[in-house]
Amino acid sequence: MSYTDKLKNVSVLGAAGKMGSGILLLTALEMVNQSLKPENKGKTFVLNAIDISNEALNGLIQYVRAQAKKTAEKQIVMLRKAYADRADLVENADIITQYENDVVAVIKPTTRIEAAYDSTLICEVVSENPDLKVKLFNQIEANNKLSPWYFTNTSSIPIKELDEKANLDGRVMGVHFYNPPAIQKLVELIKAEKTLPELESFSHEYVKNLRKIIVPSADVAGFIGNGHYMRDTRFGIEMVDRLSKEMPLHEAILAVDTITREYLVRPMGIFQLDDYVGIDVVQYIMKVMKDRNIDNKLQSDLLDKMVDAGVKGGQNSDGSQKDGFFQYEKGKPAAVLNPDNMEYVDVATIKDKVKAYLDAKTDTMPRWKDLLRDKKKADKLKVWFADLKADQSTGAQLAIEYMQKSKEIGLGLVNDGVAATNEDVNTVLETGFFHVCGPINDFV
Amino acid sequence: MLRKKIYMTAGYNTISLGTGRKEFHPKKPRPDIEHYIKEAGEGTMKKLKNSESIDESVIGNFMAARYNKQAHLGAFAPMISPVLEYKPSLSVEAACASGGMALMTGMKSVLADTADSVLAIGVEVQNSVKAVYGADILAGAGYFKDRKTGHAHFFPGQFSDRAGAYFEKFGREKTRKAYARWYKQAIENARLCDTAQEFHNTHPDPEALHFKSEPNPKVFTDHLNVFDCSKVSDGASAIAILSEEGLKKHGVDKSQAVEIVGYGHSVEDITQKPKDPTVLHTMADAIAKAMKMAGITKDEIGTVEIHDCFTAAAVLGVEAIGFAEHGKGTDFILDGHTDRNGMVPFNTTGGLIGWGHPTGATGVHMAVTIWEQLTGNAGKAQIEMKPDRPYGMSVNMGGDDKTLMAIIYKRA
Repeated sequence: MSYTDKLKNVSVLGAAGKMGSGILLLTALEMVNQSLKPENKGKTFVLNAIDISNEALNGLIQYVRAQAKKTAEKQIVMLRKAYADRADLVENADIITQYENDVVAVIKPTTRIEAAYDSTLICEVVSENPDLKVKLFNQIEANNKLSPWYFTNTSSIPIKELDEKANLDGRVMGVHFYNPPAIQKLVELIKAEKTLPELESFSHEYVKNLRKIIVPSADVAGFIGNGHYMRDTRFGIEMVDRLSKEMPLHEAILAVDTITREYLVRPMGIFQLDDYVGIDVVQYIMKVMKDRNIDNKLQSDLLDKMVDAGVKGGQNSDGSQKDGFFQYEKGKPAAVLNPDNMEYVDVATIKDKVKAYLDAKTDTMPRWKDLLRDKKKADKLKVWFADLKADQSTGAQLAIEYMQKSKEIGLGLVNDGVAATNEDVNTVLETGFFHVCGPINDFV
Repeated sequence: MLRKKIYMTAGYNTISLGTGRKEFHPKKPRPDIEHYIKEAGEGTMKKLKNSESIDESVIGNFMAARYNKQAHLGAFAPMISPVLEYKPSLSVEAACASGGMALMTGMKSVLADTADSVLAIGVEVQNSVKAVYGADILAGAGYFKDRKTGHAHFFPGQFSDRAGAYFEKFGREKTRKAYARWYKQAIENARLCDTAQEFHNTHPDPEALHFKSEPNPKVFTDHLNVFDCSKVSDGASAIAILSEEGLKKHGVDKSQAVEIVGYGHSVEDITQKPKDPTVLHTMADAIAKAMKMAGITKDEIGTVEIHDCFTAAAVLGVEAIGFAEHGKGTDFILDGHTDRNGMVPFNTTGGLIGWGHPTGATGVHMAVTIWEQLTGNAGKAQIEMKPDRPYGMSVNMGGDDKTLMAIIYKRA
């Protein structure tokens, strides 16, 4: 079966979720792009958007339409050529509207999983729960006579486990998008032990056509991205424990978050990132990794306590940030959690104290936002990290320690065979986490 | 020779608003077309004594009917001032030469003895739609039946084709170098004029920026990059067109006025493709007529406002005037002759690429710039007019060399 034939009937499970909607959009765009090629004229493409919520499915179509319009506006030069044979489409506006309509037309929203019984490709984007995933696979397997291929968007569960539990005989591949999929460039591709070679090459072609950066990861729980991130978070919590001997817990949290954001020149501090991902998600992925003996240190009483108290981070349906380590105002941390009494303390009231404690000279400190597109990025980082190393302040010492640990985690992933190369680890952190430099660098 | 003396005075420009101006933010509300008409109209009227003596108004505009869903602009004149109520006013359109047509209309009223004082305004507000849709609107300056086969960015596509033909005939590298030099001059001149769209431009090396940016056919045109193109602009300009009697009525000292000594207005069949893509025939025709009427040669022209909607048009414009023979317009620019310190300073406040190109306003803006230069009102952008080159010329083009309006000015 050719690439386009395999794409002719696809189902996305969990299509209206945060990740699912992005994967659905990208797949719909890819289907329409394929259908516009001369050799595919007349072929019908079907994309079943399957989700449990009708409400969310309604919003999904609006989202896809708006995104398809933006895509068409950007690709108008190419699209005019693709629609050249349509005499009725004259102005750019005509072509953009047609493209929007074409994208929406391939999507069939439904709450019925039965739609997946006719699909040759199933993209699974449901919550990170192996039992649920396997249950859905089993149900489709029992009814779909086409021996479909499966993509799973799991960020932590070994693909081999899913393959075996659902008796898929290698018809499954890990295709791990980053959040939000429409924007993030990175996709980790995970081939399980028995994954069919033709499925593997199909997934490469598909992801490449979505214009994503592919990093292959070994089929080890957590893969590269979470393999680094979970340990990085775990180290942050250890550092908080240590600092809390000298200061209240909430000040220690703010101190470590500040170090990881400002001194390490990352887009978010480590605890802000945990809030973004969801405290319960972090807790769960750590457990997935720990249960599989990937790293028995991957557990945190602090995270358990927070989740037990209902402090879980994550986003509201309007995209705003829920309370976690921090409370947010206009997307910025405004108050920090004191886990001792589960109350929030205004950041403004302790900011200066924490700053004075860290006390690093920040004259050459670059800002993350400025560096992303700066051609002299490497030079500026070199100067800054050299200054940090020479600085005897507590903050500078902690930052260097953190960088060393982050590098050690990265090297460990290569050493354990999770990542093939140092470069792969760095690519994941740079493109999936937007770090200005990968952890395996010569700065430390 | 003109059968009667015509003067212009009291020029006024709003800012040219769009990307590049610090005030501009694509998602924030912006002034509407009423604002621009009123600001420019009032600007000119305030410079005139007895503004109630204005006999009529004319508004040049290209596509407010699509950009702003507003036609019938002539009837906006009384909104500027009640003294214009119940007086004649109309809007005129010839694509990007609409401003030039507003001047032409005013001049003809004076020549016909039906008015001594005409308020001429040009206006366009284009940021109301994204550029990708603006391209559809601007394509109306071409033949609509060619739209389907044209480029997504229709006019950049037309001039890219001209640039490609020129590259082939006369060499790509040198031509692109001339384009880059033109861009640099446009930006540097715009930095001297606080109403210019590129007034806030601080790039350390615009010439290198342009030259290093290779055209990318996947997202734009085959032969032009974005720096080869004028931007999307909101703006208006106004100027008063007066007879000798009009000067007296408004108490205008001649030192503050320019005299129109010749004009050329030519059109070519819009349904036809260019006869030779490396030549602007209609532009050459209009310029030749204007110079003939003025009784002057190109060697007496001291400054030019040329319609550089694209750098490619500027090179062809230099040749259309006759400053360089066919294929040598690039050398004329690279030798520095169009520089503000050169033989004939061109586009001294940045032209369409540097000052901005609110399409329907551009013809009037050109007249305002020449008026400023000849009367010492150009501020930091002021050039010195050489005694043996006392004339200024504006060359306003509509569409792809389809409607042309050339005007020659001298100190009154």
